[in-house]
Amino acid sequence: MILRRPVFWLILIFAALMAFIPFHANDVSMREDLILVAIAVILASNLNLMIGYTGYVNFGHIVFYGLGGYVGLYLATVRNWNLVPASLAAGVVVSLFALMLGMGILRLRGAYFALATIGVLLAVQSFVANFDPWGRSTGLYVDFSAYERLGGARHALWMTYFLVIGVMALSMILSLGIKISKFGLGLFAIREDEDAAVVLGVNTTVFKAIIYSVSAFLPAVAGALMFYKNGMIDPSIAFEFMLSLEGIVMLMLGGKGTVVGAALGGGLYEKLRSYLLTSPKLSNFQLVIAGGLLLLVVLFAPGGLIGWLYRLVPRARKVIE
Amino acid sequence: MTPLLEVSGVSKRFGGLLAVSDVSFSLGEREILGLIGPNGAGKTTLFNVVNGVYKGDKGTVKFAGEDITKCSPNQVVHLGLARTHQIVKPLQDMTVLENVTVGACFGREYLALKPARKVALEVLERVGLAKSAEMSARSLTIAGKKRLEVARALAARPKLLLLDEVLAGLNPTEITHMIGIVRDIRDSGISVFMIEHVMQAIMSLSDRIVVLSFGQKLAEGRPEEVARDPQVIEAYLGDPDIAEKLKENN
Repeated sequence: MILRRPVFWLILIFAALMAFIPFHANDVSMREDLILVAIAVILASNLNLMIGYTGYVNFGHIVFYGLGGYVGLYLATVRNWNLVPASLAAGVVVSLFALMLGMGILRLRGAYFALATIGVLLAVQSFVANFDPWGRSTGLYVDFSAYERLGGARHALWMTYFLVIGVMALSMILSLGIKISKFGLGLFAIREDEDAAVVLGVNTTVFKAIIYSVSAFLPAVAGALMFYKNGMIDPSIAFEFMLSLEGIVMLMLGGKGTVVGAALGGGLYEKLRSYLLTSPKLSNFQLVIAGGLLLLVVLFAPGGLIGWLYRLVPRARKVIE
Repeated sequence: MTPLLEVSGVSKRFGGLLAVSDVSFSLGEREILGLIGPNGAGKTTLFNVVNGVYKGDKGTVKFAGEDITKCSPNQVVHLGLARTHQIVKPLQDMTVLENVTVGACFGREYLALKPARKVALEVLERVGLAKSAEMSARSLTIAGKKRLEVARALAARPKLLLLDEVLAGLNPTEITHMIGIVRDIRDSGISVFMIEHVMQAIMSLSDRIVVLSFGQKLAEGRPEEVARDPQVIEAYLGDPDIAEKLKENN
């Protein structure tokens, strides 16, 4: 039972604090910092389902976030849907897209799959940049009056913040739920040895397609919320390849395959990144740091921070999942 | 009585190489059928065709009355046909118990996690790995990994178990232990189809033996019949009369 896992309650407490503290202090800049942390945790956690659980490296994970943003914004602005149904619809649409795509590219393994995911990212980006209903390369804008429906811009910003925090908590709970399920066991078997998994009876084709699709859902919802909050979307910010790569750095840093590790890596990296980006001396240096960090982690602590903790305190494995 | 496994006219070609050529045989319930042959005879390929890793080019495979020729390996497991690998494939970073739980979860009965873990513990006890349950599979010895292969396959609760060289690379004590396990498996009502190079073991274990050479079935029969078959002796030793000559020289 998931309720008996200490991590489940930790996630809820963590999310509640993250929602409450900036609201209580009425601190807008803290909120803007934390929403980026939450997005990083969402991306890293869902990427973890592919890389950490199933052993398939997805370089194009950001495509789900960007597509979610587009579908959500399209429904909310052009079709005048409310934010919540528009975001959920974005999740569903993008998941279905991933399911169909997955059936095809998940036949590839290892480096070939990884290459295909880069191809998907580039292809989707150039498709969107030429797609008229989505405004081609200029993208979509949220008309300011749309926020009125949510009770004014100020209210709308807080609301999207809470929703993003909710999606973050759901991402972590989803990771935990899958980890302790039979479905998760099948995924781990695929990660360890796909041929052995088939012979043990795991329907690897279906499992891989499902997890690829599942890993698309919450990032798409988050994308819809986030781009709605920002008020605009265009192909270059929606499908930022760098963010996709940084997602991998976050995951490796925290510890792939663990629920807490993905979140921790996401949070820490995002903090580091915003510090570097805003510091006058080090701006534009964050990718150098990211690359160096990735190298160090891969060479000296392949299990990331959580893997390192497991080695120090083996019993932590039972509590920090 | 209909046989449990019925292979008829199976062929498998890899480019210019006819790895398995028109092989037919059958296997009854509670039978141990041995499969022997020189290296490269096509034994493992035949296994792979039977459990669906490869699709045969010709012929049919029937299991428990169902045509499984076109089934994938994971479907075959649900019908009750499990196998081990010659080159062991442990799920390295998972514990021994988790490895076996995978077998039970996705096996014939498609158990839920909890009952699967129970079955896994039973099976580990049976193959003598209970003490290593919480170890990572990576840290097992080769003998341990072979037993893990058997345990995972057994956890699927199969009707038929394909064992691909489970004795290879083991020392005499380990071989004796493994032979005990195979006997125990058969006594619990599971049929066994096994590839083996350790002649003494397969001769004493098998009820019948099929001999493959260059992809073709050379002989089939009870162990002592097969051992006396001149064609079999030729395939292994290169000269059909060598046995006679050896006798004369003595």
